[in-house]
Amino acid sequence: MTDLATLERDVLAAIDAAANEAAVEDVRIGALGKSGSISALLKTLGGMTPDERKEKGPLINGLRDRVQTAIVARKEALGEAALEARLASERVDVSLPVQEGPESRGRIHPITQVIDEITAIFGDMGFTIAEGPDVETDDLNFTKLNFPVGHPAREMHDTFFFAPDANGERKLLRTHTSPVQVRTMLAQEPPIRVICPGRTYRNDSDQTHTPMFHQVEGLVIDRQAHLGHLKWILEEFCKSFFEIDDVKMRLRPSFFPFTEPSMEVDIQCSRKGGEIRFGEGDDWLEILGCGMVHPNVLRNCGLDPEIYQGFAWGMGIDRIAMLKYGMPDLRPFFEADVRWLAHYGFRPLDLPTLTGGLSS
Amino acid sequence: MKFTISWLKEHLDTDASVAEIAGTLNRIGLEVEAIEDKAKALSAFTIAYVIEAKQHPNADRLRVCMVDTGAGEPVQVVCGAPNARTGMKSVFSPPGTYIPGKDITLGKGVIRGVESNGMLCSAAELMLSEDHDGIIDLPEDAPVGQSYAAYAGLGDAVIEIAVTPNRADALGVAGIARDLAAAGLGTLKNAPIESVRGTFPCPVSVTLDFTGEDRKLCPAFALRLVRGVKNGPSPDWLQARLRAVGLRPINALVDITNFMTLDRNRPLHVFDAARVKGDLTVRRARDGETILALDGKTYTLTSEQVVIADDHGVESLAGIMGGEASGCDETTTDVLIESALWDPLNIARSGRALGINSDARYRFERGVDPEFARPGLELATAMVLDLCGGEASEIAFAGEIPDSPGAVDFPWSEVKRLTGLDLPQAEMQLALTSLGFDVSGAGERVKVTAPSWRADVGGKADLVEEIVRIAGLDRVVSTPLPRIKGEVVKPVLTVLQKRTRLAKRTLAARGLVEGVTWSFISKDQATLFGGGSPKLALANPIAADLSDMRPSLLPGLIRAAQSNADRGYPDVALFEVGQIFLSDEPEGQLIAATGLRRGTAHLAAQGRHWDGAAKPVDVFDAKADALALLAGLGVPTGGLQIVPEGPAWAHPGRSATLRFGPKGVIGAFGELHPRILKALDAKGPLVAFEIHLDALPLPKSKPTKVKPKLVLSDFQPLTRDFAFIVDQSVAAGEMAKTAQNADRALIAGANVFDIYEGQGVEAGKKSVALAVTLQPTEKTLTDTEIETVGARIVAEMAKRYGATLRG
Repeated sequence: MTDLATLERDVLAAIDAAANEAAVEDVRIGALGKSGSISALLKTLGGMTPDERKEKGPLINGLRDRVQTAIVARKEALGEAALEARLASERVDVSLPVQEGPESRGRIHPITQVIDEITAIFGDMGFTIAEGPDVETDDLNFTKLNFPVGHPAREMHDTFFFAPDANGERKLLRTHTSPVQVRTMLAQEPPIRVICPGRTYRNDSDQTHTPMFHQVEGLVIDRQAHLGHLKWILEEFCKSFFEIDDVKMRLRPSFFPFTEPSMEVDIQCSRKGGEIRFGEGDDWLEILGCGMVHPNVLRNCGLDPEIYQGFAWGMGIDRIAMLKYGMPDLRPFFEADVRWLAHYGFRPLDLPTLTGGLSS
Repeated sequence: MKFTISWLKEHLDTDASVAEIAGTLNRIGLEVEAIEDKAKALSAFTIAYVIEAKQHPNADRLRVCMVDTGAGEPVQVVCGAPNARTGMKSVFSPPGTYIPGKDITLGKGVIRGVESNGMLCSAAELMLSEDHDGIIDLPEDAPVGQSYAAYAGLGDAVIEIAVTPNRADALGVAGIARDLAAAGLGTLKNAPIESVRGTFPCPVSVTLDFTGEDRKLCPAFALRLVRGVKNGPSPDWLQARLRAVGLRPINALVDITNFMTLDRNRPLHVFDAARVKGDLTVRRARDGETILALDGKTYTLTSEQVVIADDHGVESLAGIMGGEASGCDETTTDVLIESALWDPLNIARSGRALGINSDARYRFERGVDPEFARPGLELATAMVLDLCGGEASEIAFAGEIPDSPGAVDFPWSEVKRLTGLDLPQAEMQLALTSLGFDVSGAGERVKVTAPSWRADVGGKADLVEEIVRIAGLDRVVSTPLPRIKGEVVKPVLTVLQKRTRLAKRTLAARGLVEGVTWSFISKDQATLFGGGSPKLALANPIAADLSDMRPSLLPGLIRAAQSNADRGYPDVALFEVGQIFLSDEPEGQLIAATGLRRGTAHLAAQGRHWDGAAKPVDVFDAKADALALLAGLGVPTGGLQIVPEGPAWAHPGRSATLRFGPKGVIGAFGELHPRILKALDAKGPLVAFEIHLDALPLPKSKPTKVKPKLVLSDFQPLTRDFAFIVDQSVAAGEMAKTAQNADRALIAGANVFDIYEGQGVEAGKKSVALAVTLQPTEKTLTDTEIETVGARIVAEMAKRYGATLRG
């Protein structure tokens, strides 16, 4: 029996001493292989008497099981150690900077973003988006809109003209998006609900004026639209656009050739340290002009003002972008300076929705 | 239009404060632009007595004054003014006062060792004049301790309003008073205008030398002589009034005409009768006639302009500006006063043509009250007699006052129809009558006649505006606009609108930054990119380099990229989606989506990096952007052809045109042509693409939203590689397409995975390596089947490209 104990001690010691999996395998073959030492003992069981077998069988089988377990355990431990060693040798400096991806470099211009915001709001109110050419006729930009030829109101618009054609008629760059309203009325039967965003041009340049800017106008024509509806639309728009719970609005009588009555709209705000906030304060800020569509304009567009009525409004997209997002100066809007765009621009997938919020 | 409160009160009996007046003006559409209230701004400045002024112990130019401010103990003030002296009265400001002329708030100070507790002020420090030679020196009887502003009569606030072009009547103080009275702010004084009886016939006659249509150029002209006047400075009250609104007093006769312009919106002209020869004729100017006008400039006239002439020639530019030769000065003893009506359109055109912006032009082109031509002359005559003495002639009158337009048939219900506002009929009627409208009849419909000074009112909507303007727009009640149909909104964007939005987001997601650049560029730039036609050139550009409508978004973006590079940002990727102009017709305006990459601004990497420096951008970056845009827009690209050589802006060997067939060009991509870069003063490396969104094929409308059935194979795909030797000029992309088409059922894809030229390959040839993927669908392929497909590919390549398998 001393032999068994010695054998067990020797084999287990050899397993412990094995430095790698191959050495463990060598030990395993030496003990449990075809001609291994323990295999040889197991073979002797066949030649024993039942009594002998009854006594030695459990001893030899027990020895085999313990050695097998020790081999598996040793193999596992060696595998773990090898993995640890590999991992230890595979460290990198994760502080190294990665290349900035396109998602973080790309930007949407504030004008695009604000047009998308406006579209989301008015789309929900059932408005369609109408567009028209920048190069317009005098007739659509002025005459149809009740600017009589030579009237001082035309001088309120510093107009860019093209050279006169053979008939002496000269095209111009639209001074407002109102010609799109005319095109809409000429093309479509009421009820009409459209907004017309787009580029507009005036021959004027200083800190708050650029020769090109963006406007959005709205037009509602049916048989009952009145000033109360206009006021509601503008209040709802301002609340939604500026993302405030309440807005206080002031209508002031004014003059535009294409509306009668005409008015300008101020919203209440506070101005502290150059920052404008809406929904608080006791200052007023003019944001748009509006009015009931002038009967002459309706007639010029083939609509009977005794039957149809409606209202229109217009505001500067760049201006309301500045008011909402705080750009202090208009001119950089058109300079494509990547520093300005990185700061004031929007991330590629900042899609304004009413359900998710216009801005994030 | 500026006026003072005291001036307003000449016409309006009111106790309203400045703030109430301003608030009401805003409410009724006479927008207040500015209120200059000196009394308020200068309320801290008081009259003080200098008890003693003695030399400063440490400074030659300074004096130490003990000042009685009227409020307790004398105050010590260090003063540097040369005129500071014992016993004088001046203006004092205590510490804490804001000094407008210096834009500082005064503190207590120690000046050269002597304490100073306030300041004695100059007129310049109070922003009352340019005079800063010394402190204000007041008369002995000035009351110590009283507000200086009140003492000096500065308590009269000046209000400036913006008058819209329709409201000519508000270009006179009397008209503003009428509006305020109608709005309930007081009572209009409306004093009757007495006629001045002429004691002799007017010795100068007037001829209106017009026929037919031209008669409207001067419908009426009234003239009278006042002889024996003494012209000199006008009285203080008149000078003060003119100064307060920014006019320089000249002499009494001229000041009276300016006063009438501002007070009554009745521009007049005065001629020195001694300098007028013969009678006056109102006529069209003769081409080439000249006049030295009162602004000291000589104008050359055309027959488009109307003049008043005598035997000398042109004496006055009708309704715009008088002539220097017959102007009134201190030597004038006999004065001719003119009160006339002119054609607004002609005045506007003439003023524009001559470049004269006078108060008279401003008013005549907006339209003055025709009925007031004669009363205005009477009022002016009375003023001349009052201020300058003399004896008035009878009035010589030529032409006639035009009839005013008729009454408007007005149903009161119109107010509710257009505004939603339900006002009592009596209130509406009162609003109109207090503005001078005549309302006749009773019941639901009335006849309303506008007063002669309201030529802008011609229809029902105008009357509605007048009523709600006076009633108050704040009474309009917000009313929700019901949906046209009670349902969830339908999509509203057009295909082009959707594509424009999607294009922007797609390009931004590829790391490009959206720019918005000018729609107009220089003629040279426009020409380089295929534009520059005379029809698209502005007649009056704001600057020489913003003169022509852009035919492409590239010039603006290239210039912007260069500006960014010049600022130290050489690796930029920009895009714009916007309008380009191919003609001046609406169809000639298209939407282009254009992007460029400069320097090393690749999609995934740019600049130097520890993982390897980015290469300069090349044509394939631009190609990838263009194709990604089409993919993002969902445009099927099966039929897309990539034809070598892009437009003139592109490097001919490194660019291509994108098209769906020869007539279906949709855009191009490529490296910028070096000549174009040079012309635009820009440096590369620069690659770009431009796609016309209007030119893209429209999506097919489908009956349902169901996608086609997905068929997946149960068998593994396998890949076979081929290397072909072909001429260098063979397009590898075409070879890949050919390989794919060799067996459409079996070949799922073919990719170019290597291009090689050089050792081992004959000169003029290249090796193109293709990886062809086979996707069996019914069973695993046998070796023979695979070989058959391979042989077919090799045969096709040999036939179409003269390709041989690389040995």
